[in-house]
Amino acid sequence: MAMTFDKTDLPVLKPFRMEGAPYDAFYHTRWLAGIRLRWVAVLMLLWPTAALAQSGMAMTDAFAALWRWMPFLVTQGFLFNIVISLFSMLIGTTLGVMLGLGQISRVGLVRKLAWFVTQLFRNSPWLVLLFIVLLALPYELNLFGQTVRIPAWMKAVFGLSLPVMANISEIVRGAVLSVPSGQWEAADSLGFTRRQILYEIILPQCFKRMIPPWMNWYAILTMATPLCSLLGVEEIITLSRQAMSAEDNQPELLVPFYGFALVLFFAYCYPIARLTIWLERRVSVKF
Amino acid sequence: MTEHQLGEPIVVMTDVHKSFGDLEVIKGVSMTVHRGEVICIIGPSGSGKSTLIRCINALNPIDSGSITVGGIEVNDAKLDTLALRREVGIVFQQYNLFPHKTALENIMMAPLKVLREDRETVRERARGLLRKVRLEGKEDAYPGELSGGQQQRVAIARALAMRPEVMLFDEVTAALDPETVKEVLVTIKELAADGMTCILVTHEMGFAREVADQVYFTDRGVIVEHGPPSSFFDQASDPRTKEFLSQIL
Repeated sequence: MAMTFDKTDLPVLKPFRMEGAPYDAFYHTRWLAGIRLRWVAVLMLLWPTAALAQSGMAMTDAFAALWRWMPFLVTQGFLFNIVISLFSMLIGTTLGVMLGLGQISRVGLVRKLAWFVTQLFRNSPWLVLLFIVLLALPYELNLFGQTVRIPAWMKAVFGLSLPVMANISEIVRGAVLSVPSGQWEAADSLGFTRRQILYEIILPQCFKRMIPPWMNWYAILTMATPLCSLLGVEEIITLSRQAMSAEDNQPELLVPFYGFALVLFFAYCYPIARLTIWLERRVSVKF
Repeated sequence: MTEHQLGEPIVVMTDVHKSFGDLEVIKGVSMTVHRGEVICIIGPSGSGKSTLIRCINALNPIDSGSITVGGIEVNDAKLDTLALRREVGIVFQQYNLFPHKTALENIMMAPLKVLREDRETVRERARGLLRKVRLEGKEDAYPGELSGGQQQRVAIARALAMRPEVMLFDEVTAALDPETVKEVLVTIKELAADGMTCILVTHEMGFAREVADQVYFTDRGVIVEHGPPSSFFDQASDPRTKEFLSQIL
């Protein structure tokens, strides 16, 4: 750890620290977790009120329409978003762990390749990845003489898992490198093989540190699932649009319906964010 | 030397050279350690002492020269690392215990996973080793719950669990509080009394004077002089040794 001297009256240049949103991996989650519950309560009250103030009478009808559609939107739409996020996370984590271990491989080619794949998918716009996956993957597959259709949502799951994979890869690499080199040396001197050191000594120590950033990415992924509506997947945003058009596309419907989607995402991600930040604090104190 | 009968040579270094990049840290060191001897290597920081003992168990590969440990040539591309690591145990300045394992598990891990010995036998041996380093009752404590001196003694027990022929100690008391230094030194002294071959890099001159059979003074990658502590401390001949001793004694 480099020494820093913060408190000084001398005319010296203080060390420049990378701070603020772009340098905080938890930025998204930290912001979300930082929202006080009482602000949430106030907003929840303002949401219908503000909408009501907007255009008078029709607003009550709009909320009545939302009320009718609510069960459908939650069970058919939002639950599907959660299903997509869970599958994407599962695939992304599995591939990401393998890619992350590839990044610390002793074989130079494997390491460089894993690094390249990680950087490629970590720094690409998610929507572009989604469209590439949608268009590049075939619509149907021939399996043992039977034609199986690949539904758009499966492609969306795969498309969303790519950036997750790349970010999990970085988490794994960072966590492994964060274990002091003395641990490697000590294990080495006791005759452990590299594989044993990694699986018995290094990774078990990393596990705890990886959970908060992993959850952070889960929250980000969940909030990105509405992107799937652009692929025609019938998730919350697609269904909200369909519901609104079934209600004659009244402009008064926009705030209640999209607001409701926001509320759902908030209700799902907020506890995750709080838990993540709480865990992150605990883990960082522990070691 | 000649004052008492020596065991057979167990660690033999011949003209060892080692560089990190352009920086040559060991410039032709030769040393013979006999079975049962206690060797203290002293010298100013940056003189290559730690690197030297890390070369003995191949944590740092050497560039040229020869090191044999119990007949195993360390500077060999086909080195059987496991065989070497069974001969040589090392204890580090920063203990390097595995923080996610208890004291007992730390000791048991290598015999179980590396030597694939029977769990019950290993457990008994580990308990015995904890008793030997006077940490009975700390079996289930995690490293984070132990003091520095206690952690260092667990680290010694962990290295002993592999039943090595030679023990290396790399400034093992340098990170400890003064009051816990003694308990670690006592443990090492008992080991030496049991006949364990010990090679220490240390700044504990009192310990070197009392326990060492040979004291080596290194500076800038070479051994400046060596001898039994009685003559070394009182009749050092080289001006560099004299200056170093005058600074720390």
